[in-house]
Amino acid sequence: MNRRSFLTKTAATATVAATGGFAFAPSVAQAQGQAVKVAFVGTLSGPGAALGTHLRDGWLAGVKRLNNQLGGRAVETLVIDDELKPDVAVSKVRAALERDKVDFVVGVVFSNMLQAIVRPVTESNTFLITANAGPSTLAGKGCSPFLFSSAYQNDQPHATMGQAAQDLGYKRVFILVPNYQAGKDAVAGFRSRYKGEVVDEIYVPLSQLDFSTEVTKIAAAKPDAIFTFMPGALGVNLVRQYRQAGLANIPFLSTFTVDESTLPAQGESALDFYTAATWAPNFDNPHSRRFVQEFEAAYGYVPSNFAAHAYDAAHMLDAAIRRTNGDVADKAALRTALEAGDFPSVRGALRLGPNHFPIQDFWLCKVAKRADGKFQTETVRKVLSADADGYAAACKMG
Amino acid sequence: MSMLLVQALNGLQFGVLLFLVAAGLSLVFGVMDLINLAHGVQYMLGAYVAATLGVWTGSFWLGALLSLPVALLVGLALEWLVFRHLYRRDHLSQVLATFGVILTVEEATRALWGSAPQTVLEPSGLTGGAMGGVEIIAGLIYPTYRLVIIGVGIVVPLLLWFLVERTRAGMLVRAGATHPAMVSALGVDIRRLFTVVFAFGAMLAGFAGALASPIFPVAPGMGDTVLILCFVVIVIGGVGSIRGAFIAALLVGLLDTVGRAMLPDLLRLLLDPSSARQTGAALASMLVYIVMAAILFFRPAGLFPGGRSA
Amino acid sequence: MTAPLRKHGLALVTLLALAAAPFLGFGDGFALSLLSRAMILGMAAVSLSLLVGGAGLVSLGHAATMGIGAYAVVAFDAAGVNEGLIVFPAAIAAAAAYALVTGAVSLRTSGVHFIMITLAFGQMAFFTTSSFSSLGGDDGYTLYARTEWLGMRIMDNRLTFHFLCLGLLALVWAGGSLLLGSRFGRVLRAARENPQRVLAVGFQPYPYRLVAYVMAGAVGGLSGALLANATEFVSPALLSWTRSGELLFMVILGGVGQLGGAILGALAIVLLEETLSHLLVYWRLVFGPLLVLSVLFLPDGLIGAPLRLRAAFRFASPKRRNADA
Repeated sequence: MNRRSFLTKTAATATVAATGGFAFAPSVAQAQGQAVKVAFVGTLSGPGAALGTHLRDGWLAGVKRLNNQLGGRAVETLVIDDELKPDVAVSKVRAALERDKVDFVVGVVFSNMLQAIVRPVTESNTFLITANAGPSTLAGKGCSPFLFSSAYQNDQPHATMGQAAQDLGYKRVFILVPNYQAGKDAVAGFRSRYKGEVVDEIYVPLSQLDFSTEVTKIAAAKPDAIFTFMPGALGVNLVRQYRQAGLANIPFLSTFTVDESTLPAQGESALDFYTAATWAPNFDNPHSRRFVQEFEAAYGYVPSNFAAHAYDAAHMLDAAIRRTNGDVADKAALRTALEAGDFPSVRGALRLGPNHFPIQDFWLCKVAKRADGKFQTETVRKVLSADADGYAAACKMG
Repeated sequence: MSMLLVQALNGLQFGVLLFLVAAGLSLVFGVMDLINLAHGVQYMLGAYVAATLGVWTGSFWLGALLSLPVALLVGLALEWLVFRHLYRRDHLSQVLATFGVILTVEEATRALWGSAPQTVLEPSGLTGGAMGGVEIIAGLIYPTYRLVIIGVGIVVPLLLWFLVERTRAGMLVRAGATHPAMVSALGVDIRRLFTVVFAFGAMLAGFAGALASPIFPVAPGMGDTVLILCFVVIVIGGVGSIRGAFIAALLVGLLDTVGRAMLPDLLRLLLDPSSARQTGAALASMLVYIVMAAILFFRPAGLFPGGRSA
Repeated sequence: MTAPLRKHGLALVTLLALAAAPFLGFGDGFALSLLSRAMILGMAAVSLSLLVGGAGLVSLGHAATMGIGAYAVVAFDAAGVNEGLIVFPAAIAAAAAYALVTGAVSLRTSGVHFIMITLAFGQMAFFTTSSFSSLGGDDGYTLYARTEWLGMRIMDNRLTFHFLCLGLLALVWAGGSLLLGSRFGRVLRAARENPQRVLAVGFQPYPYRLVAYVMAGAVGGLSGALLANATEFVSPALLSWTRSGELLFMVILGGVGQLGGAILGALAIVLLEETLSHLLVYWRLVFGPLLVLSVLFLPDGLIGAPLRLRAAFRFASPKRRNADA
């Protein structure tokens, strides 16, 4: 084959490839000069991708509800995929801060991602609103005037489950969590309120997909209930394998394992399993009902806690920017406005503690099948009222 | 003890998958002296196509079967576009070019399927329902599907051995591996031989990907970890040796899986659960490389050196 | 006189361009940090090129030397020590020690086996740093402050940092080139071509290679310490085989024959990645084919491009072609 045909071949392939690359040009809306720029950081690839998708869609739904404005100013969202790699997160967020000059950073699914970016963001005097991750380190000693949460502190849902296990009278519980900060927080949170016996405490790698070892151990231990925290694909596989192994008669107490991000994949396997949450799609207030309706109409799936918290983050920022009359440059004023924390939340009554984390109710929820065949979590009863996290005292913001 | 048995079986199953990918890589390296980093994406594409076709046809096995010709076609296309221009080049150029191929194919995969892991159908059993498990010893149910993979791991190597050792085509491959110039001088179309070997290796890798899809997440980076372990397998087993690749693959598969499962538990005797898991995972991951380094120290050419004289 | 200039022409022009860049529109913080990163990686790539091109040793574990240098900075930062006169020599020494130990073992093998053993050591270093939970483990570590020199925070200024990196890069390149041209370098290069012959003449390749390996490791450690300062965040990912692979690709793309190629390769890859990722979502669809095309059309790498272009030019114009033929 000669050089010419080779050149033609490569030219053709190159053109096709380039067209393909161009066809999906970045979806950043054209800068309007006046627009408030927000960098949304979430895990959009790998096993945690579903969580990032929910978080992002919740944010976008919130912005849409507010007519693509925050506090009366047009908003431009720059979506960043942190790929669950801290070095990638840091370099992309740095680029967003320095090259794109974003005014706010919101998002963050995983706590270790938040840990990686918190100092670059806050040290550049940019506000970081976390709509999910809330590690104890950042709620206590490591708190920052520039860090706010529209979600919860990591320990709280687990403490709720611990309290529920205590109330339900389970004497022997088996614990299974992934091995990273949030996993450790889960165990700490659960044990802060559960006073019974912990039969075993297993930490699995974040990338684990085969739970045959752990399921066998659970069957052998025969506990009264199991408590687990397995977000994303981890939860999908665990629930499936748990049910397949015939263990469903052992009550499955969990947090972030059976929620709307994993239920579509888990389906019947997750029926009647328990979870603890700040919110469920069957919440009966007008703001929440409208959120669920509009979200399902726009995205075609049932929103989870993640989406709800991101939706609230949009409203949180909107209320604050409205208070400063559209001024995002006066950081002190913005901070005071954010701290006021009076915005319409899908969770009903909500206020912010001194460490910028919400004080709110927590519920015991159960997985149910809707009339239209879709799965969702539904509230069973309120477990904790106006609960504040236990790290606020250690936070010295000054 | 039953825990160890389960993990050993898992290790064998992982080893089988590694072998299927490494066999193609070893053949290509041995016969054409081509370092093909892009072999991992063949594995990835096999998984993706099998997953998509499985969901589309409603049957995992049908999807897996249909993915084979697709893997073959993609292999042929890549060979025609890129690889055949690299046979005469030095190894470093091959490395850079095949890396470029990896980037392109992985990105194309991201563009076509998105970055989130793919939904894969559960493989159905003979009766059409879920595959279920087999009770190996009392109280221990091992998934039938994984036993099927181990079964494949017995059949395919035998098939390959037969092909390479007992057929004319295999003889040409062996001759081409030892002295390609001579084979060409004897009138054999060495170009066609190379293409066939390459395509066959690609198909094997795609097949491995299809088999792996229900167990491992089908995501864009899935070929990379497998690739690096395959290079370890080839180096331990000896370049160009199918037998070496088989034994080395099983060894690596067992070390990796059993190490990952057992080391953290062993360390729990000394450390708290979380640190034990962390250090155990680190040591387990290192185990394969430590063993490889040790083997190379005593047998620098691997366990079954191929003996390329060209 | 013109021969060395012509040989190193492209590299010199690149270094001059880097010196002028801040004043030619690349003066803002982000652009400077991008160029600094490219130069730091270029430094590591030059040291790798010494091994690959000079000694014929393809190491797939060079990122580990960078990582060790970076983690030395991290370890001192965690202990509250930021003084450069302590931290940098420690980083360089640590990386050199790692190179000495691993080199002593790896250099007993050759070819593909050498590549795999360096990979193995690199992976071991990677997994070891992942298990240091006090230094962040897998989640990485954010530096509290950049390295100071005698109490002065000169590294905090982006422009100063840029010229510091450029100066060190030029030094490493010049030093490496001189080394390759010296007697030591000649033995090294001869051993690459024909080890048997070298032995016959009375030289043992092994000590020469080990010295080269340790020097490359030391430069790797230096660049790692600089990288820690540049990004202010270090994670074990810096030591993974994919990063070693990237360094190797920079060397190959730039051209294995000359050390200057590594600088070009590093700049090309870093700048291309940045520009393309800003233009297209699926930018690797263009980047990947570009790499493949560079291998097919630029067999001597980027540094050989001027010669290739000149040859192609001559080929294109008929009059000249007849004259040459």
